[in-house]
Amino acid sequence: MPTHATSLTVDESSASKPAVGRPGIQSLRVARKDVLAEGVIRLRLEEPHNARVPDWTPGSHIELVLPTKEHGVLSRHYSLCGDRWDAHAYEVAVLREPNSRGGSHFVHDELAVGDMITIGTPRNNFHLTQAKRIEFIAGGIGITPIMTMIAAAEQLGVDWRLHYGGRSRDSMAFLDELAQYGDKVVIWPQDEKGHLNLTYLNEPVEGGRVYCCGPEPLLNAVAGAAEAWPKWAVRFERFVPATQPPPVRTEPFELELTRSNKSVTVGTDETVLSALSNAGVPVLASCMEGICGTCEVSVLRGTPEHRDSLLNDGEREKNDRMFVCVSRSITDKLVLDL
Amino acid sequence: MTATSKCPINHGTIPVLDDDPFAPEVLEDPIPFQTRLREAGPVAYLSKYNAYAIGGYDEMSAAVSDWQGLSSGSGVGLNEPWRARGLLQMDPPEHDAPREVLQEILSARVLRSMKDNCVDRARTLIDELLEGTEPGGQVEVDAHKQIGAVFPVNFFPDASGIDETDRENLVPYADHIFNSLGPRNELVKQGECRAAELQEWALSKCQRENLKPEGFGADIWAAADRGEILHEHAPLLTRSLLSAGVDTTVYGISGVLYAMGANPEQWDKLKANPGMARVAFDESLRWHSPVQQIFRKATRDIEIGGVVIPAESRVLLCFQSANHDPRRWDNPLKFDLDRDPSGHLAFGMGMHQCVGQHAARLQAATLLEELLERVDKIELVAPVGRHHNNVLRGIDSVPLRFTLKK
Repeated sequence: MPTHATSLTVDESSASKPAVGRPGIQSLRVARKDVLAEGVIRLRLEEPHNARVPDWTPGSHIELVLPTKEHGVLSRHYSLCGDRWDAHAYEVAVLREPNSRGGSHFVHDELAVGDMITIGTPRNNFHLTQAKRIEFIAGGIGITPIMTMIAAAEQLGVDWRLHYGGRSRDSMAFLDELAQYGDKVVIWPQDEKGHLNLTYLNEPVEGGRVYCCGPEPLLNAVAGAAEAWPKWAVRFERFVPATQPPPVRTEPFELELTRSNKSVTVGTDETVLSALSNAGVPVLASCMEGICGTCEVSVLRGTPEHRDSLLNDGEREKNDRMFVCVSRSITDKLVLDL
Repeated sequence: MTATSKCPINHGTIPVLDDDPFAPEVLEDPIPFQTRLREAGPVAYLSKYNAYAIGGYDEMSAAVSDWQGLSSGSGVGLNEPWRARGLLQMDPPEHDAPREVLQEILSARVLRSMKDNCVDRARTLIDELLEGTEPGGQVEVDAHKQIGAVFPVNFFPDASGIDETDRENLVPYADHIFNSLGPRNELVKQGECRAAELQEWALSKCQRENLKPEGFGADIWAAADRGEILHEHAPLLTRSLLSAGVDTTVYGISGVLYAMGANPEQWDKLKANPGMARVAFDESLRWHSPVQQIFRKATRDIEIGGVVIPAESRVLLCFQSANHDPRRWDNPLKFDLDRDPSGHLAFGMGMHQCVGQHAARLQAATLLEELLERVDKIELVAPVGRHHNNVLRGIDSVPLRFTLKK
């Protein structure tokens, strides 16, 4: 069993230093780690100086940067499942994945209360839109984003219902918290009741929406059952595919500025924005959290490490722009139109 | 005066200001009041209005982002709102979906795609203004009446797909909305006679059948069709473009031209580095903020700078004061292009930060860039004329002399 100190030496710059270690990216302290269900733990990640963490909306996820011993520094995304009125912390629930490349094992086995952990800015591909009626469907750990959406739907006074399937009751997180909603919630453990019966979705509801998060077979079943609904009314959050994201860069990188004909090194303890400013090429910025869009810069070559909450996945893949208050570089060099 | 007795929870701990922030002499020149507010402490109590006020940069940065503790849901004025609520008067989760929709429609990317159109319009306006003046010659203009009060009143409603009739209603419409965020003083009473009529006029402009098929308004209705927002919210959101996006930009553009006229050496700096037009605009917003202040309501007892504002209190957030705080800005009353204005609070900060900020920057920067092509020197030839508004730093005239390039 590795000691705590050993696990932190894997990547000092991302895991063990306070927020100044990687500006634009927050380091939060693991304040609580508790078991929610069989194989599921919840982490409470607090801002160590009691500052605000960036705002988020129901359905959002954050990236956790995990310095694993065997697989290097991994990046994993988890849906936020806490209370957004709590402005100083995030909560995520993590399932131990048997086929995991090491991310969930690290969270379950090595990450301890008191550790610092690096996270990204919250992003949302699963927005709760306004509706007259909402059918939520969750499978297994897919309950996490649904929890925050239910809370919002309740506050908005929307007529909603949840069907929640899982392997067995023991494996299903948040059953206690869901009890308060009474018969709006249908719990469906597979070992007692078999697969979720989705025939109730066959008839579309006027002004209604369907939100579903869970494993691929459930999403396919819901898509099939809700075929008669308008396409935009049925929304899915897919688990992040098992492909390995590029490693998180922990070394300095170069900026080549074409219009001002300058070369700038970005150290590990500064943002691209501050490096540009120090080099006499100031870029106007505002929120410093990758949410307002003021500091957008065109990228001519190289691959940014996107840390903003503005670009969607398709826009990120184009790699033609970045928000320099938070985003960094994957490649050794970025060529910027500055 | 027994002001402290009105404030039992903070008896003796919060300084009391007897000033009226909405008095004509304060609206004429708010800087002395704002200085007193900042110097009084992290929080002051406004005895005249039974409200609290914040003016320091650090305190404002914390307060303006704290939507959990300082709610917008009961309006952003001294009193509860008198009209149906728009985006600015919503809290989460009600605020989430409409904000998401408007943020996408008014994103930097969308506004960038409108640059060519904006350049053409700016060039036409400047060409007309300078027509008949020889290269190297001089011309006097009122930069407010002939540029600031003209350009956004057409550009933004056109981009929104609002028809051209009765556009002269736009500025008085929003003027009254902003006035009514303050107390019911003479400014509000003067606006009340036309308020209902203008209100109805604006809302009718934002109905689907009255909007052009392309524009921000049509985009909002399309988002409703896609299920992003409820259809009944579409006209209110479209209307918020008109109430929040016109007068503010008018005073922003008139303000940056005033800043240049009053500081001709800064125009020289901009000439030497025209790529700084956006930075120049933001520095002018810091120096002369179009939206001076708004109110929020404490949802619970909240601590700011070591003192407690009791739950349910109205709290005045003074953006302009924060933008002039010497603890944050060196020589804050100087308009200075060598300064990095990043982090100013003229657009607010956090969840309610101005969703139209990229539209304002596009218009102002484009106008500056077009003026840079033609104008060598800008001078203020008479004092700027003021238009009083309870919330906006209003302008009535900016008398400038342009010396054209040879």
